[in-house]
Amino acid sequence: MHVTLLFIAALMAVVAWWLLRQSINTRPWEAHAHYGTSEDFSGRSLPLPDAKLGLFVFLAVIASLFALFISAYTMRMELGDWRPLPDPNLLWFNTGLLVLSSIALQWAHISTGREQVKSARNALFVGGFFALAFMVGQSLAWQQLVEAGYFVHTNPANSFFYLITGLHALHLLGGLVAWGRTMVKLLSGYDIARLRMSVELCAVYWHFLLVIWVILFGLLLST
Amino acid sequence: MSTVAHDADEFVAPAEVPEMELYHPKTWLGKYVFSQDAKVIAVQYACTAIAIGLVALAMSMLMRLQLGFPGSFSFIDPSIYLQLVTMHGMIMVIYLLTALFLGGFGNYLIPLMVGARDMVFPYVNMVSFHVYFVAVLVLVASMFVPGGSTGAGWTLYPPQAILPGTPGSDLGIVLMLVSLALFIIGFTMGGLNYVVTVLQARTRGMTLMRMPLTVWGIFMATVLALLAFPALFVSAIMMILDETIGTSFFMPAIVSMGQQLEYAGGSPVLFQHLFWFFGHPEVYIVALPAFGIVSDLLAVHARKAIFGYRMMVWAIIIIGALSFVVWAHHMYVSGMNPYFGFFFATTTLIIAVPTAIKVYNWVLTLWRGNIRLTVPMLFAIGFIFTFINGGLTGLFLGNVTIDLPLSDTMFVVAHFHMVMAVSPVLVVFGAIYHWYPKVTGRMLDDTLGKFHFWVTFLGTYAIYYPMHYLGFLGVPRRYYSIEGIDFIPESAMSLNAGISIAAFIVGAVQLVFFYNMFVSYYRGREAGGNPWEATTLEWQTPDTPPKHGNFGKDLPLVYRWAYDYSVPGAELDYIPQNVPPSRVEKGESVDPDEGKPA
Repeated sequence: MHVTLLFIAALMAVVAWWLLRQSINTRPWEAHAHYGTSEDFSGRSLPLPDAKLGLFVFLAVIASLFALFISAYTMRMELGDWRPLPDPNLLWFNTGLLVLSSIALQWAHISTGREQVKSARNALFVGGFFALAFMVGQSLAWQQLVEAGYFVHTNPANSFFYLITGLHALHLLGGLVAWGRTMVKLLSGYDIARLRMSVELCAVYWHFLLVIWVILFGLLLST
Repeated sequence: MSTVAHDADEFVAPAEVPEMELYHPKTWLGKYVFSQDAKVIAVQYACTAIAIGLVALAMSMLMRLQLGFPGSFSFIDPSIYLQLVTMHGMIMVIYLLTALFLGGFGNYLIPLMVGARDMVFPYVNMVSFHVYFVAVLVLVASMFVPGGSTGAGWTLYPPQAILPGTPGSDLGIVLMLVSLALFIIGFTMGGLNYVVTVLQARTRGMTLMRMPLTVWGIFMATVLALLAFPALFVSAIMMILDETIGTSFFMPAIVSMGQQLEYAGGSPVLFQHLFWFFGHPEVYIVALPAFGIVSDLLAVHARKAIFGYRMMVWAIIIIGALSFVVWAHHMYVSGMNPYFGFFFATTTLIIAVPTAIKVYNWVLTLWRGNIRLTVPMLFAIGFIFTFINGGLTGLFLGNVTIDLPLSDTMFVVAHFHMVMAVSPVLVVFGAIYHWYPKVTGRMLDDTLGKFHFWVTFLGTYAIYYPMHYLGFLGVPRRYYSIEGIDFIPESAMSLNAGISIAAFIVGAVQLVFFYNMFVSYYRGREAGGNPWEATTLEWQTPDTPPKHGNFGKDLPLVYRWAYDYSVPGAELDYIPQNVPPSRVEKGESVDPDEGKPA
């Protein structure tokens, strides 16, 4: 449980430190008439739009989920029957696809910021395309392994491989739903300024899943 | 001690709080089923949770029938008994208490108490309830599939949870795990809302340190739940795979009923780590909202500021952070390294410090307060007693040497029922008596309420005190029958019968409570806007019950914390949070709507 413990400890330390900082040097029992004049009295704690903070909190939940999988992986790995499976070279190619997908979405985010409808549309499309290609690539990698006789239940290393890659792909699939909704809106001529947030959130989510994938891939390669 | 005046004369125009667009449905379905109003969602959550909780209560009555009068009721066979134990625990901890505190009270109170019109993501909030509802349906369905629901105990430990011979080892356990996974998905949606609403949607003047402790408790519990529930999710998914496609995450090589199964090499202790990494924070997910709510009940009904508000907030934060590093104290008997046990015993005893601070502060809040012994106050005081009792036995069990002999005896059952079943439930009752007037506009009947309190409070002691003694005798928990065991004396049997009779009485009295809720809804005394003369914002709404959008045309502006009770020099013994200091200084009315600049 080291991985999870370190992750949660870091996260809780940040949360606790931030919350405690709010409370040091305050005198909550004093009443004040000058509301609305000082920064302290605004109703917002963080200079972030609600949707973005919501996404960040969600990312913390997903990070906690994968940290737990990694913990379980490392704990199960130490038991005697673990026989590592060869990582298909295709995974390197897939990683490249995911990087391209992330770059394209970043490009889409920059284009929406500049209100360039056409380039935003293209970039968003390309990003989604590469993400789909990544998922196809992952399923091909699965097929290669199955054909080579690495079935999901024959060894815990195999089980974890399918479980972790599958779960990562499912999260990407969820992202593609959000991507699809944004794409439809963009194609049907929505005001691009109003789509800025959606595109940005997609881009953030994509980068996050890329980071998670790189960590998982590193774990798979090194064990 | 409150000070009243600070540059009170000038009226400073408030900066704009951006208005949120509310979705106003037109159909009945949109208003009451697929509502996006947090208050309606709260009532939906509460009704569903209480309904399934009643099922779990009935199950505990059946268990007591068997334990008190073994063999007299032939329809309770050993497998059914195990299924009752499992479902009772699972429903009470997750589907009742977690859902009721966070989904029910969280949804109702967070927007009202922080002065928001609604949760920040109303649509997600609506979906959250419906996913929870489906999770409950799947849970109920698991009781009716072939083989019945799982009987593995609420901890669902493998390997026995999925081996033949345990009730419900086919479909029952799968549906149980699916239901848990759904619950977690639904909760995550709600949890995002609670966190972001508390952080970002407070009204002007509502600094974090002016929030009522109820909001603090629910907020911190939500943070814990968001980070801890994934552990249950992970273990549920891995166990589903072990059961359905034969992976060996948790399953060791095992011979079952004379047959070598295909599993090999898995680690049941891995499951225990994952489960308790969720399971211990879960205790605080239930306890922290109860801590917060009880603090507010005590302050309102003792007409006194909560003692040590900042320390209460710090204690909530510290308990929340520490709750992630104590999980293995549930696993002392799993054969862990003794140094591990030493570490976890130490952290467990450390977490008692902030908890004890909270208890001292509650008691000091009562000291020289102007106590009104209303029904919510009775339940709040009852909570303090019960929580201290349950907490003290927790100190016993936190020590490895005492835990080893007591583990898996009735002592543990008595301990956790006192500390995390009866205590939070007393708070739930107190909270319902306290906020029912706001939700419905009518008061609950006082006499029935007092009757309900005294029988429940004394009754639970009649149930759980003797259980500690049974535990010391070594009476094991989860056993269908303890007849014919040499070291258990005959008197333990009669004690069990007595406990059962007390349990039936307490169970039956809950019907009085439901009768009270039902009749008062139609015939109760009109409550008015602020029957308890409380300061927090939910009592200052223009309508009771509050309409969609909560606060009429303008959001309230907050000038003070939530605990201005019995302030010297003020006209009344309470000053609502949205009354400006200038009005108090001049000795004017504290009605927040009067004298407002147009």
